Amino acid sequence: MSNKLIDLQHITKAFDGNVVLDDLNLYIRENEFLTLLGPSGCGKTTTLRILGGFETPDKGRVIFDGADITDLAPNKRQLNTVFQKYALFAHMSIAENIAFGLKIRKKSPEYIRDKIRYALKLVNLEGFEDRMPDSLSGGQQQRIAIARAIVNEPKVLLLDEPLGALDLKLRQDMQYELIRLKNELGITFIYVTHDQEEALTMSDTIVVMNQGYIQQIGTPEDIYNEPQNAFVADFIGDSNIVNGTMIQDRLVEIFGVRYACVDTGFGTNKPVDVVIRPEDLELVAVPEDAQKGSPEYESARSRIVQINPGYFEGTVSHIIFKGMHYEMEVQAHGFEWLVLSTRMFQVGTRVLMSVDPFNIQIMHKPESEDEKAVSMDENL
Amino acid sequence: MFFCDLTNREPVTSLRIARQPQILDSEGFELRKLLSRVYLIFIFILLYAPIAVLIVLSFNNSRTRAKWGGFTMKWYVSMFQDEVVMAALFNTLLVAVLSALIATVLGLMASVSLLAMKRKARNVILSMLNIPMLNAEIVTGISLMLIFIAVGQFLSRWGYMIEFGFGTVLIGHITFNIPYTVLSIMPKLRQINISTYEAALDLGASRWLAFRKIILPDIMPGVLSGFMLAFTLSLDDFVITHFTKGPGFDTLSTKIYTEVRKGIKPEMYALSTLLFVSVLVLLLIFGRGNRKKSMTGLVRI
Repeated sequence: MSNKLIDLQHITKAFDGNVVLDDLNLYIRENEFLTLLGPSGCGKTTTLRILGGFETPDKGRVIFDGADITDLAPNKRQLNTVFQKYALFAHMSIAENIAFGLKIRKKSPEYIRDKIRYALKLVNLEGFEDRMPDSLSGGQQQRIAIARAIVNEPKVLLLDEPLGALDLKLRQDMQYELIRLKNELGITFIYVTHDQEEALTMSDTIVVMNQGYIQQIGTPEDIYNEPQNAFVADFIGDSNIVNGTMIQDRLVEIFGVRYACVDTGFGTNKPVDVVIRPEDLELVAVPEDAQKGSPEYESARSRIVQINPGYFEGTVSHIIFKGMHYEMEVQAHGFEWLVLSTRMFQVGTRVLMSVDPFNIQIMHKPESEDEKAVSMDENL
Repeated sequence: MFFCDLTNREPVTSLRIARQPQILDSEGFELRKLLSRVYLIFIFILLYAPIAVLIVLSFNNSRTRAKWGGFTMKWYVSMFQDEVVMAALFNTLLVAVLSALIATVLGLMASVSLLAMKRKARNVILSMLNIPMLNAEIVTGISLMLIFIAVGQFLSRWGYMIEFGFGTVLIGHITFNIPYTVLSIMPKLRQINISTYEAALDLGASRWLAFRKIILPDIMPGVLSGFMLAFTLSLDDFVITHFTKGPGFDTLSTKIYTEVRKGIKPEMYALSTLLFVSVLVLLLIFGRGNRKKSMTGLVRI
């Protein structure tokens, strides 16, 4: 896992004066499942196309296995691509599709036949040799596209949103298939997607991109639990992102209320972004007419301060049943808090709300141009 | 092709009317139906009577047009024995095949590069392609003649000559065929999913191999219909051929024209019939190919 297989150095690419990638640096290790994740237009597909040889960077080098392949034609590269819309050859049978690359490499007919059988077995489509692509379902076509790529024994498989056109259930099945395939083949996968769930499920490493810049590189856990800026926090899962002030180490103020947290080293009285995941917000209902100091109110308060000395009061304004949980909106301080909970609170319920100090994520506000962190508002 | 469309459409309308007998009294309905039939027949008589007369006369045993002397094939026989006519037929076919072939290849190349261009520039060129098609043939013909003369004079300084004949006719035909081939190939090429081409490159194919194995089979219907269209247009062209041919070179259409000026020989009826039938056959094949394409999405012409 330690070997740098691919090294992208200072890659810059513009289309018609539109900068798509700006000084991108990224290395990819052997046998890694690396995902480029970001919204459309973030440069993830361009990065993949530069790797595949379909685009040439304006600046920068692509190093593959120690050799500079920046100007090498796609057909000379030791990597294969699985395209978004499968890109099967419609006038060729499945067997001919899979054999395409092998025939160009002048492999023997026996070798080709064995390889086709092996590849079809690998993608669970045995006996499909003589079918035509348009007689296959979307999921099956995608498997054939993968089979067609892997028979050439590439060192790296590039996948450009390969599951984008499939329905949800199929997409989930294919995610497991891809992980299995990767483990069986023992090769590097570079996967492009805008679907954060896909990225979290499959990847060893996630590269979050936005507007041509890498926002964060890390394991799925890192990215989810420790987003480095508001963009990442917002893009990976739903988040409540609010302005806060770091009063001192382990104490943050949000909308005038001070909460315990675990972050340190931000200095004192520093403006920060605060991220709270909707599933981490804890709610306790209070009767409508209970006055502060009344027994009902105090019992609710005592429960919430066990979680965090800081808490606030709000009203449930919206609720949707999502199957495993309820998705609610709670109005407080003029802000709509997104809450996920397995417990249901009727619309209009008065609630006390807080969050475990461990689940408050503090982030620097983007200060300079260099950080290029794009806040969620700009992005929406 | 128009013929088929009209006859297909007519019974449908009358069926629709027939389903509402309570609204229309049957007498008015009958009259309407009768009138529409008569009108249709009248139109077709206007359209096809001249050709029908020509075809009938080509089988007339009598030399005069005034009376029917019985059925004969002798004009066809003597036509096929006439060396001059046969030479014209040969020229026609040669020019048609070559000009269609070259125009298709050039049109294919033009389409590929047009597709690679920016949209604005492409649209400008595509609309410029429309102009020669709408332009009066006689203008195209005379312009071609003038440019051949001009180039000929220019080249004569170095002792080269441009002789009007097969070469100039061929160039003329290629010129007016190219827009048609581009316009048949272009839509097919636009439908191509470019990632199939990239997938072929990705799997190790050179650009040429990827084009030949992946793109060409997909656009073949457009290429073939472009070729057929060019061939048909070249086959029955008179005006442009007339202005670019020079003396001593004739295609069927110019041959018929010169012969008719000398006085009408029944062989010319036979020759005209032959030209009409061959164009008709080509159009039928062409039209069938198109219809199949729209029905199944697959084409084999």
